Amino acid sequence: MASQNISVPKTPINYSIRVDKVGVRARIIRAVRIAAISVVAVIMLIPIAWMSMTAFKSRPDAVAVPPKVSFEPTLEGFVSLIAKTRQLTTEQIAEYEKNPDLNWADRIMLRRGQAIIGVSEYPRRFLNSLIIAGVSTVFSVSLGLLSAYSFSRFSIPGAGDLLFFILSTRMLPPVVVTIPVFLMYRAVGLYDTHIGMIILYTVFNLSFSVWLLKGFLDEIPREYEEAALVDGYTRLQAFRKIVLPQAVTGIAATTVFCLIFAWNEYAFALMLTGDVARTAPPSIPSALGTGGIEWARIAAGSMGFLIPVVIVTFALRKYLLRGVTFGAIRK
Amino acid sequence: MTHVALHNIVKRFKQVTALNDVSFLIADGEFFVLLGPTGAGKTTTLRIIAGLEKQDAGSVSFDGEPVDGLMPADRDVAFVFQQYSLYPTMSVYDNLAFPLRSPLRKLPEADIRRRVEQVAELLRIHHLLDRKTARLSGGEMQRVTIGRALVRQPRLFLMDEPLSNLDAKLREALRVELQHLQKSRTSTTLFVTHDQIEALTLADRIGVLDQGRLIQVGTPTDIYDRPVTTFVAQLVGTPRINLLPAVRDDGTLHVKDSSLKLPVPAQAALPAEFLLGVRPEDVRPGSGGEFTGRLALTEPLGAETILHIRSGEQTLLSIVPGIAPFRLGDEICFTIQRDRLHFFDQAGVRLPS
Repeated sequence: MASQNISVPKTPINYSIRVDKVGVRARIIRAVRIAAISVVAVIMLIPIAWMSMTAFKSRPDAVAVPPKVSFEPTLEGFVSLIAKTRQLTTEQIAEYEKNPDLNWADRIMLRRGQAIIGVSEYPRRFLNSLIIAGVSTVFSVSLGLLSAYSFSRFSIPGAGDLLFFILSTRMLPPVVVTIPVFLMYRAVGLYDTHIGMIILYTVFNLSFSVWLLKGFLDEIPREYEEAALVDGYTRLQAFRKIVLPQAVTGIAATTVFCLIFAWNEYAFALMLTGDVARTAPPSIPSALGTGGIEWARIAAGSMGFLIPVVIVTFALRKYLLRGVTFGAIRK
Repeated sequence: MTHVALHNIVKRFKQVTALNDVSFLIADGEFFVLLGPTGAGKTTTLRIIAGLEKQDAGSVSFDGEPVDGLMPADRDVAFVFQQYSLYPTMSVYDNLAFPLRSPLRKLPEADIRRRVEQVAELLRIHHLLDRKTARLSGGEMQRVTIGRALVRQPRLFLMDEPLSNLDAKLREALRVELQHLQKSRTSTTLFVTHDQIEALTLADRIGVLDQGRLIQVGTPTDIYDRPVTTFVAQLVGTPRINLLPAVRDDGTLHVKDSSLKLPVPAQAALPAEFLLGVRPEDVRPGSGGEFTGRLALTEPLGAETILHIRSGEQTLLSIVPGIAPFRLGDEICFTIQRDRLHFFDQAGVRLPS
């Protein structure tokens, strides 16, 4: 008789009767969540925002107490970063101002009583960083991919020991090995060369990239390649046509991690490069300057230094979202 | 097409012997089914024939030519995997075209299109050609997988439980389709399954594999009516064959712990103790039956009903058509079909009768 207690609506229900999506409670939770994330994001971004502001401040503004939030933006920091300058005396300034050929950069520096006399070291070192980090990343990801594939698919005698050995190269902190590497590099003529730094970063990143990529490749069922082998393809063709397209997430994640390491590396770069192959990280502190700390210049240098990593990460973001959450790869 | 021979194949994985001296022949155009429980070595056999796995001893030959030295690509077989074999980054069309685009074949794109469309028509997946494989249902996926095997004319089809991941209805439908396809194209096929119904319905001949050993090869009738061991007898047929411990006393055989007595068939040379096998359909309830038992359980399946009949300490399964009019606890009279008895020794090996 229980069925008679159920009331049947006379008219059809044509609005959503689902309450889980539109309930007040759900909306509040959602709002709280967004608020919390926003707060965290703001806290994380404050240093970067402060750095960006400092990069556009003039020297007095940068060191003003209390700190200035509104100020007149200037490119002084950037110009002094990429230009070599000379301090002028009052008479020289007066004479210099009459020169009709001054461009905007000259005028900016003149306000500080300085004349531009050439290009500074920074652009060249920035380029060194780009070359060394970029090439070593390409090498460590591609070599890592091939060896990770072998570890993942073939039965290699002592594979476990080999993998541990590969990982163990990463166990010593760089500072510990810089002196021996320095001595070896000096002996074989790799000190202060691009090739030397590329080899070093490639080797250092390789252990990481092998391990990370092996994890990703293990997730790709081998039936795919076997199907391709039976369908008339060689192992290498199957790898290129079947495995590679499925491994893009892993490759993207590994690329970003390797690039960030090679780009940020400081200890090796400081010890193993002098002038020719010196990268950007060790040169930013050298901008501390002789006449007080040049905050605007340092901030400008750091900001420029951030940009390549931001660009690469942004370009690969759609793969990264899945790539950095390993286990969550769709089967 | 091609006839295939396996000679004394042995395969070991570390300590485990996956295949132990397996030899059999598949005739040209034959549908051969390898039947066995999980871990019997069925898939390993397929993989060795395809060249995905290397045997430790023995040889595989196609049309009398050994293929042991050939790469999978050069063996020209088609492999239908149980799962995971549709390339997820490609559309259905590209999946079907993939074997034809192999550098080994170098077909013009127009030919490829024609053959892909032909196969798509045949398998009724034409409307799916532009779809990504991730957006297919299980049945559609398995159709495409089979299609990928059909687009080229391989020497041999290898199918590794292609139906086992599908739900019951689809499995039945695809099973019929497969049978139809194979018969209409007379392509040599080696099909692996653990499902005895698939084996019995599809096969021209069945090979029963257990723990790496080939136990019996024969037609479905051979396997069902003359199983060489109790293992084979129990593997085929639902419900399972009744296996009853029995003793011989002159011309009469007694089933232990029950009142069942049967005359020993004249030509049978039976030891003192043995196992009696009776298929459930050979236990026939009826008013004039010579034996009686008590009904312990019924399983009505619609078209037929399984009866569990207690006789002493023994339970016999019987299968009768339709919904049986019996009630639990009823006394039931039944007969046993005398000419369809199976005898096995204590070790489970068939005795001549």
